[in-house]
Amino acid sequence: MSKGSITAEPPVAAAPPPTAPAGRGRYLTGATFLLPAFVLLGVWLVYPTVYTIIRSFFGANGYLGTFVGIDNYKTLFTTATLVRAIENNAIWVAVVPALVTAIGLIFAVLTERVSWAVAFKTAVFLPMAISAFATGVTWRILYQQDPDIGAINALGRSISSLVSTPGVLHTALPSTPALQTRNGAVVLKAPLQPGRSVKLGLTGIPPQDVPGGAAQAVQPKPRSGAIDGVVWRDFKPGGGKSGVVEKGELGLPGVTVQLRDASGKTRTAKTADDGTFSFDSLPANTTYHASIGAQTFAKPFGGYGWLAPKLITPSLLIAYIWIWAGFAMVVIGAGLAAMPRDVLEAARTDGAGEWQVFRRVTVPLLAPVLSVVFITMIINVLKVFDLVISLAPESSQAHANVIALAMWRTAFGGVNDFGTGSAIAVFLFVLVVPVLALNIRRFKREV
Amino acid sequence: MKNRVVRGVALAAIAVPLALLAAGCGGSSNKSSSGNTTATSGSSSNSSVKGSVTFDGIWTGAEAQSFAKVIAAFNKQYPNVKIKYKPVGNNVPTVLATAIAGGHPPDMADIAQPGLVKQLAQQGHLKPITYAKSAISSNFAPVWQQLGTVNGTLYALVFKAANKSLLWYNVPAFKQAGVTAPKTFDSLLKDAQTLKQSGTPAYSVGGADGWTLTDLFENLYLRRWGQQKYQQLSAHQIKWTDPSVITTLKDMGKILGDTANLAGGRNGAIQNGFNDSVTNAFSTPPKGAMVFEGDFVAGVILSSTKAKPKTGFDATPFPSITPGANANAVEIGGDLFVTFRDTPAIRAFVNFLATAPAAEAWARLGGFGTGNKNVPASIYPDAITRATEAPIGKATAVVFDMSDEQPASFGSTTGQGEWGIFQDFLRNPADVNGTAQKLEKAASAAYKSGK
Repeated sequence: MSKGSITAEPPVAAAPPPTAPAGRGRYLTGATFLLPAFVLLGVWLVYPTVYTIIRSFFGANGYLGTFVGIDNYKTLFTTATLVRAIENNAIWVAVVPALVTAIGLIFAVLTERVSWAVAFKTAVFLPMAISAFATGVTWRILYQQDPDIGAINALGRSISSLVSTPGVLHTALPSTPALQTRNGAVVLKAPLQPGRSVKLGLTGIPPQDVPGGAAQAVQPKPRSGAIDGVVWRDFKPGGGKSGVVEKGELGLPGVTVQLRDASGKTRTAKTADDGTFSFDSLPANTTYHASIGAQTFAKPFGGYGWLAPKLITPSLLIAYIWIWAGFAMVVIGAGLAAMPRDVLEAARTDGAGEWQVFRRVTVPLLAPVLSVVFITMIINVLKVFDLVISLAPESSQAHANVIALAMWRTAFGGVNDFGTGSAIAVFLFVLVVPVLALNIRRFKREV
Repeated sequence: MKNRVVRGVALAAIAVPLALLAAGCGGSSNKSSSGNTTATSGSSSNSSVKGSVTFDGIWTGAEAQSFAKVIAAFNKQYPNVKIKYKPVGNNVPTVLATAIAGGHPPDMADIAQPGLVKQLAQQGHLKPITYAKSAISSNFAPVWQQLGTVNGTLYALVFKAANKSLLWYNVPAFKQAGVTAPKTFDSLLKDAQTLKQSGTPAYSVGGADGWTLTDLFENLYLRRWGQQKYQQLSAHQIKWTDPSVITTLKDMGKILGDTANLAGGRNGAIQNGFNDSVTNAFSTPPKGAMVFEGDFVAGVILSSTKAKPKTGFDATPFPSITPGANANAVEIGGDLFVTFRDTPAIRAFVNFLATAPAAEAWARLGGFGTGNKNVPASIYPDAITRATEAPIGKATAVVFDMSDEQPASFGSTTGQGEWGIFQDFLRNPADVNGTAQKLEKAASAAYKSGK
């Protein structure tokens, strides 16, 4: 990585001019003291920066390679993955600095008023003490879609289980085309008349999901004035014949079968251990529809795809804000502590409400501190890299791409195209420079 | 390159536990050892060969010790040649580039990247090993000479090969469904349907790692179209919009198309990495029934699940599509031995490495496969290793991993090129033509810039 191009540190202030004309010796002493700094800056900042800028006009391989003009920059703005990185970075810059500053401000003001302020501040600041890479790995686990692994989706499952319970046979599928799935229920397509015995075969049920007590399935004999039938696991090793109740296939006990007549009246029956069910004393010459209710097949909460392409960038932003809110809170809190209390008191004495005090007095007085936080966050966010590479799974990384990650991937992570990699670095540098300039100007003003 | 690292670690992991298991089986592995070492002639001409050979290799730890056994077997025949092995780890390309730039390359090196061998040969850094032709042709199928040949000259010996054309399956899940290891693609699809009906999704896919998907495509392509077309596609001599690619993408769609037959559904397939796909398929109860990947899967199963060889998990060759040579073709990850100098000592060592005793010295320890057809399957220390490595020696058609032979931006970079496009294909397996066009666009851009 070209270290020179993405540094946030302001340059060392120029040595003040000597106040009095001095001899050659004083210059020499001064130069001797400055030399180590100059050498270090030259080797680690100036040379890499200059080399990176020059390198960005040359081809992929070698110390310089062949001169290609601005081709690398063209590549940067025409390759889909790189354009996506630029777009994503724009989202980051638009969202993160503002939210981090706002949340930091709220926390800072609130912690002035709560007991256990120290504990609260420590908890909020703690993420700063963890490396961004470890944070990324941790959040990746939290975000996992499988509720058995990801804590966030596990919470979602707990909430959803209050509303609905998953069906006992949630993996089951109809075994023959005579049955079809409609609105989650398994429905026998053809209408029925009394005197029939029907077969409701299900497959896709793992042995461990078969309800306890299940016995060999039996197809009941038809009886006049009644509809009988069997619900069974229409599978035996090797597959068996679908739609046929065979030896070795188990009935599914405890399944609720519904029978609806033409008027919409619904009867229900539960299956026995061998999977049989019966509806007795049915008036003749009426047609019925048999089905197994949707509740039996209700899928358990499967979790949200926090790490899937659509949600990956918002998920990253949340984790990033979690890290940096503590930093903002501490800096703004320091600003608050240094604020003259008499001004606040004066405002309150003049009859201002708490919201007015906050809005008209506290925030304006804190403006310099807020802008420090805001600008620092812009620079941080432009350079974001470690969180993205550690949190986003590889199948989503193309969708989560940011400029610094794109630079690394292009230059080192497989492609080994140093020309385009340098061009991306230069582009990032150009983005950071105006923000840095702003920062430096403010530093000077404060001095 | 992540896949290489993962495979390296997994391979290292497989050798030890499998060897231990074999030891537990009553040491039957030693029976065959005496049979084939009789080739040692010990004639006086051998001891007249003197000198030393420096050798830079990937292997460290247990693997380096195994290679030391190969060297010891060599020294039985050539007592006066000293082999100085230096374990470099996965940095071999970097170390070699530096050594060549400094003018002091080792005498020999072990390179896992066929592309690098080609590059070094074209730059004139390698010495031909044409003197080993007769030894290689009497021990290997002709294809192995091709694999070590650059522009018509033989430069490399593929000493060690890892089988990547395998299907790993959960034995209890197969038993429950009443199916056996599928031999052909059609029976694979039929068995997959049966597995689904039994309640276990058939396929456990690690789509978060793009290379698992390219490996699946490559095996399907090799099985249907054979070695020659495979190599043409590797070199981009046929386009990715070619009808052959379309057909293979459709084959792949038959596997990936049914959400209900993927472990964890489509979302699970795309979010699980290679390791997840293996643990999902071999934990109890299993979330899927089979995994398509190379011999290094065994290491992951043994280290992160409780499944036992044969009773819990087993391996079978990737199901065949077209009968004939394609049916037993093998995609390998190979260790290519190259030479930077030409001395009698080096010649003696290269010639020895091409013989069966050299391969057997390591094969009986496990974690090793070879194309040497004179190595008996019984030499492998356990049933799983025999199932995964013996097919390599029997194959008449052998190819390297295609994505390792392509420009990196197309073949092996996260989120772009083949890896990224196949992940999009996994999200939407119906989009066969769009996928082929995206692949061709990315491939031609990568081959044009050569990076």
